[in-house]
Amino acid sequence: MAGTGTLTPPLFVALATYASWMVLFLFGHLRDFYRKKIYGGRSAKKEKEGYAPIRQDYEDFYTRRMYYRIHDTFNRPICSAPDAWIDVMERTPVDGQKPLNLTGNTLRCLNLGSYNYLGFAAQDKYCTPRVEGVLDSLGWAGCSARADAGTTPRHEELERLIAEFLGKEAAVTCGMGFATNSAFIPLLAGRGTLVVSDALNHSSIVAGVRGSGAKVKVFDHNEPAHLEAVLRAAIAEGQPRTGRPWKKIVIIVEGIYSMEGEMARLKEIVAIKKKYKCYLYLDEAHSIGALGDGGRGVCEQLGVDTRDIDVMMGTFTKSFGSCGGYIAGDAGLIAYLRNHCPAHLYATAMSPPAVEMVISALHVIQGRDGTGRGKAKIKQLRDNSNYFRRRLLELGYDVLGDWDSPVMPVMLFNPAKLPAVSRYALSRGLAIVVVGFPATPLLTARMRVCISASHSKPDLDYALEVFEELSDRCHLKYSEEPNKQALRSSKASHLLTA
Amino acid sequence: MGQPGRPVKPVTAPAARIVHEPICEQRCTGGPLTPAAPCRSRWRRSPAPPRAQVAPDSPPACCESVSRARRTRQARSLTGQDRAAAAALGVGRVTAGSAHSPSPGDAMARRGVGGVLGWLLSRAVLLACGTLALSFSPSARTALPQLGALHEAALEGWLLVAPGGTWHPAAFIEHKGHLLVEGLLLAVITALLLQGSTRPRQGEEEPLTEKEVDELCEEWEPEPLYPSLPPEQAAWKEPVITSQMGKQVVANGKAALNFASLNFLGIAGLEDVRDACRDTIHKYGVGSCGPRGFYGTIDVHLQLEERLARFMGTEEAILYSYDLATLPSILPAFASKKDLIICDEGVNYAIQNGAHLSRAKVLFFKHNDLADLERLLAAQDAADRRSRKPLNRRFIVVEGIYANTGDLAPLRELKALKERYRYRLVVDESISVGVLGTHGRGAAEEAGYAPDEVEIVGGSMSNALASIGGFCAGDREIVDHQRLSGLGYCFSASLPPFLATAGVCALDHLEKEGPQLMAALRRNAAAFRRLAAAIPGLEVVGGAAAEMSPLVHLALSPAPPREEYEAGDALLQRVVDECLSRDGVLFARARYSKLERARPPPSIRVALTAQHTEADLQKVVAALKSACKRVLA
Repeated sequence: MAGTGTLTPPLFVALATYASWMVLFLFGHLRDFYRKKIYGGRSAKKEKEGYAPIRQDYEDFYTRRMYYRIHDTFNRPICSAPDAWIDVMERTPVDGQKPLNLTGNTLRCLNLGSYNYLGFAAQDKYCTPRVEGVLDSLGWAGCSARADAGTTPRHEELERLIAEFLGKEAAVTCGMGFATNSAFIPLLAGRGTLVVSDALNHSSIVAGVRGSGAKVKVFDHNEPAHLEAVLRAAIAEGQPRTGRPWKKIVIIVEGIYSMEGEMARLKEIVAIKKKYKCYLYLDEAHSIGALGDGGRGVCEQLGVDTRDIDVMMGTFTKSFGSCGGYIAGDAGLIAYLRNHCPAHLYATAMSPPAVEMVISALHVIQGRDGTGRGKAKIKQLRDNSNYFRRRLLELGYDVLGDWDSPVMPVMLFNPAKLPAVSRYALSRGLAIVVVGFPATPLLTARMRVCISASHSKPDLDYALEVFEELSDRCHLKYSEEPNKQALRSSKASHLLTA
Repeated sequence: MGQPGRPVKPVTAPAARIVHEPICEQRCTGGPLTPAAPCRSRWRRSPAPPRAQVAPDSPPACCESVSRARRTRQARSLTGQDRAAAAALGVGRVTAGSAHSPSPGDAMARRGVGGVLGWLLSRAVLLACGTLALSFSPSARTALPQLGALHEAALEGWLLVAPGGTWHPAAFIEHKGHLLVEGLLLAVITALLLQGSTRPRQGEEEPLTEKEVDELCEEWEPEPLYPSLPPEQAAWKEPVITSQMGKQVVANGKAALNFASLNFLGIAGLEDVRDACRDTIHKYGVGSCGPRGFYGTIDVHLQLEERLARFMGTEEAILYSYDLATLPSILPAFASKKDLIICDEGVNYAIQNGAHLSRAKVLFFKHNDLADLERLLAAQDAADRRSRKPLNRRFIVVEGIYANTGDLAPLRELKALKERYRYRLVVDESISVGVLGTHGRGAAEEAGYAPDEVEIVGGSMSNALASIGGFCAGDREIVDHQRLSGLGYCFSASLPPFLATAGVCALDHLEKEGPQLMAALRRNAAAFRRLAAAIPGLEVVGGAAAEMSPLVHLALSPAPPREEYEAGDALLQRVVDECLSRDGVLFARARYSKLERARPPPSIRVALTAQHTEADLQKVVAALKSACKRVLA
């Protein structure tokens, strides 16, 4: 199901995972019991009389008794550009629920956590001078919305460039990736509309759909067959209670799913969309710039014509090293969005230097800066990704995601391994990201590696060395045999081309 | 407007001349579905003309409420009925008019397989009994020898079953046969007991067949993805600013006095803030490349959060990377299904969206009308006394300065209400931070609140502080809870570092020169509101209480009725365009998204800043007067 790896743990590992969650659960309640009964809840802050507690105890149990045990593996501050190597600021070890204080010194670590696919995070000899030019000419912020006095020529240039880059008629930008989904989707799906959303869609899409008042139906992650079944049932059944036909149906999928590293099966989904006359909204937050020979995203990678996709959304925070998001579509759609989108009418315009960063990054990607650096970055990213994925598979890790995808979730399954892996890697100078329940299902805790074009081969080899030790210390060799066969079979097809 | 009913295509099969009636007609007449005769329909008074085809897309209103499921089932039953009708008609037509006995072929065909087998079986049994009886007569036996053998077999069979025979029940019972019988009875009884109800289930619908679903899918026509815009909205283009952000800007190529940007303290043009941004870009690059949880936390973010907490006087502050995502993340973090949110009617879209996303019960009181608020609070209080539900979390949400109207919330009087009914107060200080209050903490400080008396303070750095991003200040418990359950915080990339540095510098600047800047701003606001009262055709929204607010809405003075808002907008847009083209003054006509709950009347929004001088105010009022005379007269 998940590209090169599987989400289902071996039986023993599943039992061990349940056992460790059980232990955490019991210890948590034991501590709560003591805190309430023995210490009389002294530590709990006195609630103002007559007010309901701002956080119920049961709601807060996970945070209090599980998250705070490993909260040093998250929110690690850095004091350098989020490039291939970062200076992670060291913090005091975990001590109950007290906040962690900075100790002052820093650790030089290889950065496998940030989304810096094409390496535009730090200084760039083409982009940075142009960004500073715009900082001098237009300032760092416009203090007003795009509709009032926030639009600058650079905004219009960016929107023209991104529309041309994707082969669509027009585009509109927004100052934050999350707000792009949560502010634009309510305009595309209203009452009487059905949104058919992938099970693992990002929470910004969920926020947008929930804010739109449209009805939602979820289909199994990346399963076009189930999508078709859901669509047929929905069209035949009509709207709940009234039985009227749906006004329209919008299918929402993502280019690369950030927690799976998997590409959407776009060809089948587009076929289904055409057959049932639905509209398709593609969120390319991770795939724009990272996939495709020209960096044009998942459509170029899978050979799908962008004209078949009605709304193309993406963000500038990952491959372009800036901030914000865009929506590209045909001219009428974009004019409608300009006139009615809260992000365009109320929110502050995107910061001009950030706009210039994306414009110059696009120039580099398309080779308009006169050099081949863009092509080289894209090729380097793909080679790094495939090399790292192949070596991880050889080490016996259970690696999710497809080939060519720079996002590589490595399955840990057991919650106890989250802090173990993260802390050991940090001590060996490797900054990785671990994700567990509730962000992922209970059984599927994982470590997520994001490869960047600015990683050199020695960097990757160093990381693989640490992973070698990790797999021995924390027993991460879950799928040694299946990987061997998979590699043997794919040796001929894939790796010759790499 | 969606199609009211399911588009029904006429069945073009030549045999059945019945046009596929819209389903509801059958339902309306309620008459039995007589397959042969075309159904009498009560809405056809005149003699039935050749069956008029009912236009598929205008079925009578009565079928509006027919539930789709029933319609599809009726469609299915109708099509079944259609087939039978067609067959009957087909037959009827061949020998139309004469009464005829059905020929054997017809009878057999009509019975179907089950019927034929039954017929054969009954004939066979009769034959067998006939021959057996015949075999008892001696003469027949002599005539046919086989009858003799049959006769003996019959006699032997009788001996077996007759009393004394081995199969007679009496022998059976001697050999404990009764156990078998009782066992059989027991089995039958348990089977009957375990059997489900034999009554046919009401409303049991057979699932649609694949063919029907295909037909429905193929007939379904979606609406276009987006509505087409009216001409003036489609033609509208944003003004393009080609110069530095400040008091004087170049808009659409024309030098203009800027009253559109909410750059209240003029921090947007300062050199030292620009230098700090340049250094940060050199050190950290532009973007942060990740959410706060995954190495997106950069030390400048921590400095800014600590600086904001110190400035607002609260224990902690949390930084959101966009002002539009701040309130929609705060409210769902604290309110859920069982809780209650009471908002002012005039709150901006972000609060409406946040309250909707939180799924709490949301009530709105009239804009700045505390009596109406008290009515709601008292009603809820009475409801609490009646029902013994556990205490839920309750919030009153207001804005320091309302973005949609420019006036202030009555926080001073609100304090008593809040404490008496024990509601937590959420104040959105997005526009009032850096504008009101002795230290610039916003409207709460202006109304005499201590920093910790307002439970949740939402704010924005993109107005007076001239950076980008939102924040929430409160005590540690409130802020830490958002780090995990604030959607806009943990699932979004963090603020670009150079904008965080700009925020820190803006706060330093505000603390150094805040008092005189805010005093100048207040003077300009009061002066402009006084001068603007004389503009013909426009009125200043918000009476004397809104004296201090530098955000001024000039609404059309004879307030147009709700349906003429668009026309009012177009008029004011012409006023704004004329002011820009002729007099070089840049305003913003207040635009509203269709997602707003209740759109305020059309108005021009004027943002005053501390840099504006008396001469600027005179110029802008003169420009407005001349433009209004020309356009609105």
